[in-house]
Amino acid sequence: MEKLLVANNVSKSFGDYTALNDVSIEVPKGSIFGLLGPNGAGKTTFIRIINQITMPDSGTVLLDGRPLEPNDIQHIGYLPEERGLYKSMKVGEQALYLAQLKGLTKQEAKQRLTYWFDRLEIGDWWNKKTQELSKGMAQKIQFVVTVLHRPKLLIFDEPFSGFDPINANLIKDEILKLRDDGATVIFSTHRMESVEEMCDHIALIHKSNKVLDGKLIDIKRAYRSNTFEVGLLTSEKELVNNEIHERFDVSSASFKSINDELQYKIKLSATASANDLVSYLTSKGQLNHFVEVIPSANDIFIETVNNN
Amino acid sequence: MNHLPLIIKREYLNKVRNKSFIIMTFLSPLIMVGIFTLVAYLSQLNNDSVRIISVLDESGLFLNQFENTDQLKYNVLTNIDLSKAKEQSETDENYGLLFIPKTENIEELSEAITFYSEGSPSLPVMQNIENIIEDKVNTLKLKEAGIDAERIKELRIRINAKQETFQGQETSKLGSILKLGFGGVAGYLLFMFIIIYGNMIMRSVIEEKTSRIIEIIISSVKPIKLLLGKILGTSLAGITQFLAWVVLLGVFSVVITAIFGIDPSTAQTPQQEMLSQSIDGGTEEIVRNVLIEIANMPIINLVVMFLFFFIGGYLLYASLYAAIGAAVDSETDTQQFMLPILMPLILAIYVGFFTVIENPHGTVSQVFSFIPFTSPVVMLMRIPFGVPIWQQILSLVILFATFIGTVWFAAKIYRVGILMYGKKASYKEIFKWLKY
Repeated sequence: MEKLLVANNVSKSFGDYTALNDVSIEVPKGSIFGLLGPNGAGKTTFIRIINQITMPDSGTVLLDGRPLEPNDIQHIGYLPEERGLYKSMKVGEQALYLAQLKGLTKQEAKQRLTYWFDRLEIGDWWNKKTQELSKGMAQKIQFVVTVLHRPKLLIFDEPFSGFDPINANLIKDEILKLRDDGATVIFSTHRMESVEEMCDHIALIHKSNKVLDGKLIDIKRAYRSNTFEVGLLTSEKELVNNEIHERFDVSSASFKSINDELQYKIKLSATASANDLVSYLTSKGQLNHFVEVIPSANDIFIETVNNN
Repeated sequence: MNHLPLIIKREYLNKVRNKSFIIMTFLSPLIMVGIFTLVAYLSQLNNDSVRIISVLDESGLFLNQFENTDQLKYNVLTNIDLSKAKEQSETDENYGLLFIPKTENIEELSEAITFYSEGSPSLPVMQNIENIIEDKVNTLKLKEAGIDAERIKELRIRINAKQETFQGQETSKLGSILKLGFGGVAGYLLFMFIIIYGNMIMRSVIEEKTSRIIEIIISSVKPIKLLLGKILGTSLAGITQFLAWVVLLGVFSVVITAIFGIDPSTAQTPQQEMLSQSIDGGTEEIVRNVLIEIANMPIINLVVMFLFFFIGGYLLYASLYAAIGAAVDSETDTQQFMLPILMPLILAIYVGFFTVIENPHGTVSQVFSFIPFTSPVVMLMRIPFGVPIWQQILSLVILFATFIGTVWFAAKIYRVGILMYGKKASYKEIFKWLKY
């Protein structure tokens, strides 16, 4: 797949502290790319390097196959985690200013702002002072300003913080739509459910190093442990229970059910077949529930970070 | 992409539209004119009352010497003894009683004259009276010695030494005062400008940090451009305010003079009095002298150098203010960094007002007019006294070279500092930032 952004062996240190150590990342065109990592891992530094706010000590960053240059800021939209607006400026004025800094002409900016303000139903905010806005309201303005110049690369750092569930959903849909319209999105967040929902690629940075990256689905495949969640209805509970514990690597599970059944997580060896398990279980009773345990982004995150 | 005009425009409009900026623009000249008017009014009020002084002259020598003035009226008493006279002037609420006893000779008189009054009499009144008596006594003494006092007056010659430089340029006391005035005003103006608008720049940097908009801006604009735009925009706002003050000061003075009939300029400061005392001669002559002196000053040199040193000095300090703003999280944290900025400024003013006035071309004056942090003020004060052009240019070169250095320094701090939140900046920390 074609890559929009390629970072090769990027390193950056501040004094004695290494913020990024030889990090290489490839962001495919048209993807939503999750940039994950614990606090202080170096995500923000990496994002700032893409935005040319910070210069890397070594390594290169290519956008569309060419090394980054100052004018590329027109093609990038960045919503930082630490974000705010000028308090004393009016909303419309401020949005116009920020849009013009991104290279839009005043007319263009005005036209597009009107479109977006209508779309997010905030048209009557134009003449409001920024300090009158609530946090969520200000976030909406910042979102609009980030996407206004139709950048090919969008970078969102914790885009949903401060939003109520309705607005968070609204923004989520807008991001998905922008992706569908051809934009590539880098998405940094600690909310794993959003990662699960939206990202098709992820990279995990831990202690300044990239420890994991790739397609989310491939990573999940790699992290699956041949474990199955099982619900078995049987009349001889005790006997079966003992037998299963003897034969398999079992851990307890609990899922909602209307039956009074035995519930397990059964981990098979890498070579064992699920079908054998099914036929064994059906011989013991009625198999009500049989699901492969797929590692969640959350599990992968925790496991990877703990193992490193 | 040219962001600079955009940033300058925003910074300028943001400052100029700011409510407190607008209020200060109008209020400051109003307050200034108000204070001057009040002072003028009060001093007029003070002088309005007529003081009556009784004179009991037993010697009979001074009967026609005391002439009434606007503020002093003399009431000559006759055929009355001292205790009665005291009583009378007290009941009449006179300002005082001047008692001149009858004496054998004039020498004794000087010891015997007494002034009785309610409290301590004011200095000018006493001086006035003493002058009159002295004059008369001197005349009498001269007469006694057989010398005609009128003749002496005729023969007296006034000396007004002509001053000239070795190059043949005429100088004068008046010229020195004017030069001092120009240098002082220029130096002080720069000092004020740096403090007021440097602070404004610093606050505007802090505002961007605390409002957390900085990272959004910085992802579209190079920090150095933002820094420059900020300094230029704020400076333009400052110039606007200064011009507004000049105009408003004029307007308010005219209006107030028209309404109250008080001329604020009549509120004489001691310096002005000294000035008018040091130059004898009619007003016309003074005006003529002033014009000549102004024409004598190297006007073009002054104006050009004023602009260069003003701009250079201001930019130098403005970049430092911006760096401080970037290094801290809130205005309360700025204190520890302000001192190193204010010290050289205050030093410059002190050197300017004490050393340069004393000896414009002495070693201290010369040295400080080359040190870039003091040179704008000190050199501006020296130039009217004639500084070789190579010195001026050398000083300017040093100033602008240092400016480039401080901008580099400020930009480094700025670039790192604006994205540092919650970290207490120390000198050590800032030094580390320089290496990032």
